[in-house]
Order: sequence, then C-alpha cells, then structure tokens
Amino acid sequence: MAEQINSQKLIELYELMVRIRFHEEAIKVLFTQGKIGGTTHLCIGQEAIPAGVIAQLRPDDFVSSTHRGHGHMLAKGGELKPMLAEILGRIDGYCKGKGGSMHIASITLGNLGANGIVSGGLPIAVGSGLSAKMRGTDQITVVSFGDGAANEGNTHESMNLASAWQLPVLFLFENNGYAVSTHTSISMGGSMEKRAAGYDLPYIKVDGMDLEAVHIAAKEAITHVRSGKGPYLMQCDTYRYEGHYYGDPMVYRTKEEIDSWREKDPIKHVESIMVERGILTKEKYQKIKEDIQTEVNEAVAFAEASPQPPIESMFEDVYTEWQP
Amino acid sequence: MKERTLTYRQAVAEAIAEELARDPRVFLMGEDVGLHGGAFGATKGLFEEFGPGRVKDTPLTESVIVGAGVGAALTGMRPIVEIMYIDFMCMAMDSIVNQAAKVKYMFGGHARVPLTIRTAFGAGRGNAAQHSQSLETWLTVVPGLLVVMPSTPYDAKGLLKSAIRNDNPVIVIENKLLYGDSGHVPEDDYLVPIGKAAVRKEGKDVTLIATSRMCNFASSAVEKLSSEGIDVELIDPRTIKPLDMETIAASIAKTHRVVVVNEGPKTGGFSNEVSSKIMDTCFYDLDAPVVRVAAEDVPIPYNAILEAEVIPAEKDILAAVKKVMEE
Repeated sequence: MAEQINSQKLIELYELMVRIRFHEEAIKVLFTQGKIGGTTHLCIGQEAIPAGVIAQLRPDDFVSSTHRGHGHMLAKGGELKPMLAEILGRIDGYCKGKGGSMHIASITLGNLGANGIVSGGLPIAVGSGLSAKMRGTDQITVVSFGDGAANEGNTHESMNLASAWQLPVLFLFENNGYAVSTHTSISMGGSMEKRAAGYDLPYIKVDGMDLEAVHIAAKEAITHVRSGKGPYLMQCDTYRYEGHYYGDPMVYRTKEEIDSWREKDPIKHVESIMVERGILTKEKYQKIKEDIQTEVNEAVAFAEASPQPPIESMFEDVYTEWQP
Repeated sequence: MKERTLTYRQAVAEAIAEELARDPRVFLMGEDVGLHGGAFGATKGLFEEFGPGRVKDTPLTESVIVGAGVGAALTGMRPIVEIMYIDFMCMAMDSIVNQAAKVKYMFGGHARVPLTIRTAFGAGRGNAAQHSQSLETWLTVVPGLLVVMPSTPYDAKGLLKSAIRNDNPVIVIENKLLYGDSGHVPEDDYLVPIGKAAVRKEGKDVTLIATSRMCNFASSAVEKLSSEGIDVELIDPRTIKPLDMETIAASIAKTHRVVVVNEGPKTGGFSNEVSSKIMDTCFYDLDAPVVRVAAEDVPIPYNAILEAEVIPAEKDILAAVKKVMEE
C-alpha cells in the first residue's frame, strides 16, 4: 500500500486547507464590497501546497513567499484575524496596515514575506539559507515561486548559488500554468526537471492537487534539506481557479479548462479519501467546515472593526533608529 | 608621536577586519573579495585572516548578492556585501530598491535589515561608460536607504564601521580614484556618525559643498581662491542621505552664497537636491542664486581628454565660485 498521511494529521491538514479556502472566499466578498484596495491574488485551488509542504516546517524554519502568499502564511502559523486586518489595511494587521496582501510577513513566525516582485523572494531565501548554515542551525528555508518567476534571472541565479554553496533551501515550484495570462507553453523553454538537473538539484514532480502526494514528497525533500545535503527542487502542478488577481476577466482560458481542474479539487479529494478510509463522515467534515466558516466570519468582523492606522504612522518604521 | 597614515583602501579593509573581529554575525561577500582582495584591493588580507567562512567569493550574481544579504540580515546576520562597480548595481536594483529598502516599512516595523552594501563609483580611469558612473542620486530617492560617500581614509573607515553597526541598509559609495590616497587614520576604535557633514575648512565668503572625490578638487580650488582673497567654507556632506542640512544652513547663514558640486550628470543630479533643500530652508539668507557644478549630460566617454571634460574639474569649481561672488 502506498504511504498515507495518518488520520489525525489528515484532518489537521484538511482543516488548514479549508481555512485557507474560506479566507480567500472572504476576501472575494470584501473585494466585491469595495473594502479592499489595490489588487489581491487568491490561491483558491492551490491549497494542498501550503498545507502539504509548509505545514510540515518547524516554527523556526523560514518561508519566503510570493504575491499569492495567503496560504503560505496561514500554513506557517498565521492567524486569520491579523491576516484579514492586514488585507483591509488596518492597524491590527500583521504589518500595521502598511503592507497589505502582497507584503504579509511575520519574522517571528519565520515568514520572510510575501513579495510583490515576481522572483524577489528567491535571493532572500538564499540569504536565510546561508544564515542558517553560518549560524550552524538545521533550520531550512522553503521558497515558493510560480511559473512566472521560473523564467526570471533571479530564480536561476538563486538556484545556482544555493547549489554552489549547498544551502538548506527547498525550492517549491508552484506551477499553476499561467503568468497572468501567459501560458507556460509560450513562456518556458525546456522543463523545470532539466533546469534542476542543470543546477544539480534533486527534483521531484507531484500532483499539486493531491495533498497526500504533496505531503509525502515534501517530507522527503525537507528531510534531505535539513540533513545538510543541500537544496532541493519540488514541482507541484496546480491551478488557480480565480484569475491572476481577483476580478481578472480571464479571457485566456476556457470554462471547460477551469471546470476540469475543479474536478480535481484538493479539498474535495481529501474529503473523499477521509470518507473512504473511514476517518470522517460527511456530517463530521461538514461540521468542521461550518466551524471554520464561523472562525473566518469572526475574523472578518474583527478586521472590519480594527481601526485605521493613525496618520502619523506613515512616518514610522522607515528606518530603525540609530545613534549618530 | 607621528600620526599613522593609511590609504583609503587600507582604511576600508581595516574597518571590515575590526568589525569581523568584533561581531561574529558580520561577514563579507561579493565578487573577488576573497584571495584576490577585491577589484580595488579594499578587502586585501581579510580572506587570509578570517577564512572562506566569513569572507566569501560569490558568483557574478549581483541581484542575489544583495538579496541574500537581505535574507541573511533578516535572520540574524549582519552582512557586508560588495558590488564591484556602482554600474553593476543596475543588476541588483530589485534587491536594493524593492526589497532591502522597503521590508521594514512594508512589514510594519517588525524587521531589521542590518545590511551594508559597499560599492565603487566615479570616472577618471578610462573605464568608459559602463564602469564610471555616478549613480548615487538614484539611491537617495529611495526611502529606507542610508547613503554615505566618504572622501578621506579617515571617513572611509569611520563611516563603514558605522554602517556595519547600523540596523538599516546602508550604501557605502567609495571612489575608485581615492583608493590610493593616504591620510590620517587613528588606531583607536572610532566611528564617523551617519548623517553628519564635515566642515573641511571654515570661511566667510562662500559655502562650497562637494561630495567624495569632488571634495578633493574643491579643496585645492579653495587654496587658490584664498590667495585671491576669497575665503571659502568647504563642506563635505559625507552622508548624502540623510543630508545634514543643519551644518549647511549654519554655513549659509554666515556666507550667503553657495556652490554645490557633484560628479554625476547635472540633470536630476544630487546637487539639485541640495540646491532645493537650500531654497526650502535658506532662501532669505542667500545673496545670490545657488550655483551647481556637475557632469555634462552625456555617458562617460572612453577617451581621456573627453572624459576629463565631461566630469567637473578644479577649473569648473573656480569659475563657479567666482561667478557666485560676482552676483
């Protein structure tokens, strides 16, 4: 029998995926109500990846995230209330309302930041990997990047240096097929597998819609990286149900294509295996969903009630004060 | 006792050596900074003394050199990274501008970026258009960065040590033609404060503000002007972000006339910012319009005669001071 996630862990990760999904759904509502400024990138459809990879990390490990980073933060220990408060730009947010969706971070949780620059987080991950190695710890860094970032120079340069210096970095390639509107069939030469081989990175590709497959592959990758054997590249093929940003007209793909991926929905998939294995009945997981929806609703209420940052705070935290 | 003298490059190396010895979180990385001792010899001896664990040769990967510096700084280290020529910073601008400068603010303050970025700038060596620029102005327009430009061996050491101990990203812009200059550098553990200008010579007739190597040109112009009866006060800002307007304003209150010199192109150049700040705060103290001396708005040409004409020279500073005195 193929390796399985134990029952308790499976329920835990299922809850995390549902929390991520409902968090993102709540943002859709808030966005539609005009309460969220700028642009927000939802990870609906990709939940199995943060749940399968990042939830396995230790609290002192690091994550370098992306513009589509809400799931990464929730999987690294982020809480719904400060998440949603930040996305609404309020004082109780993780960044006191000055970062927003694209810059959610918590150094104490080991999240070195979502990043508004595609591929901007990879060099940072090389640095946190280097730092762990120099400080003699076995902390690892997981850096997420998409198929857009895959073609940026930063990505190649980061893989090169991580390999040359054998740094404890897990490169997590979340391939959702599209960089905004441009499909990988147009944008990518070669393959990530061949690129990994070029940098001498151990490589594995998994179905990013299958939590169990992601979790099991990540476990091996994390063990490899933590044991000091150097960086690793893991590819998860996945799909975002929403557009690049919420409100994207999505002229570049068909309803049929979206529906075909929805059939592989990672949450539904876990529900079916939980029922199949007798772990949870439909009634039980429905109850879990209701509870998480309540949790999300409470967090939305908290975020909406959180004060706007005071005007004078715009001058705060540009610099760390120094003695002349 | 005879004053100890060091070259500018020795002062840089000594600053790094002292900070490496003082704090285990400090390390140096960059292109050819190891056994080679840096493209300009400013890290000579560090590899031998501290080893490859703390003095790291990197691949040619400027964006990752700086970005990895950010990641290391966020997670408990105090990196010093070197970008060999300021021109190569163009390859690292995302890591400098979008990452290093902004993470603290974007994260609502719960991050520190104790990162020192050293680089070398300036024309005058026949290095042509891609190895001779003065891009310091670009860096001063980015909130979150501190920018220093030492013009003497004393300041090269003292400012660099301050930068390494500072919890913000600090860009230390050294000048390629100053590396061989000698000057007094005490042996004691001194710091030069970031954000404080130096009055190189006091005077009463005109305030002359000049950065980095231009300060040397200005200094020799000051002597000639003195023999002509013009008493110049020479100010070296040393830190160009934040600018020490207090020292500048105090000088203008006394002299009522100003010349500002910087090596970069005139349009949008650093002297414009100094000039604007003077208009903001010192307008009623002025007896004449501010005069700017800067490079021509052209790329740096290879030919030595052309190159010398493009960047400001002593004669340009002399002419500017005489012009402002005639007003």
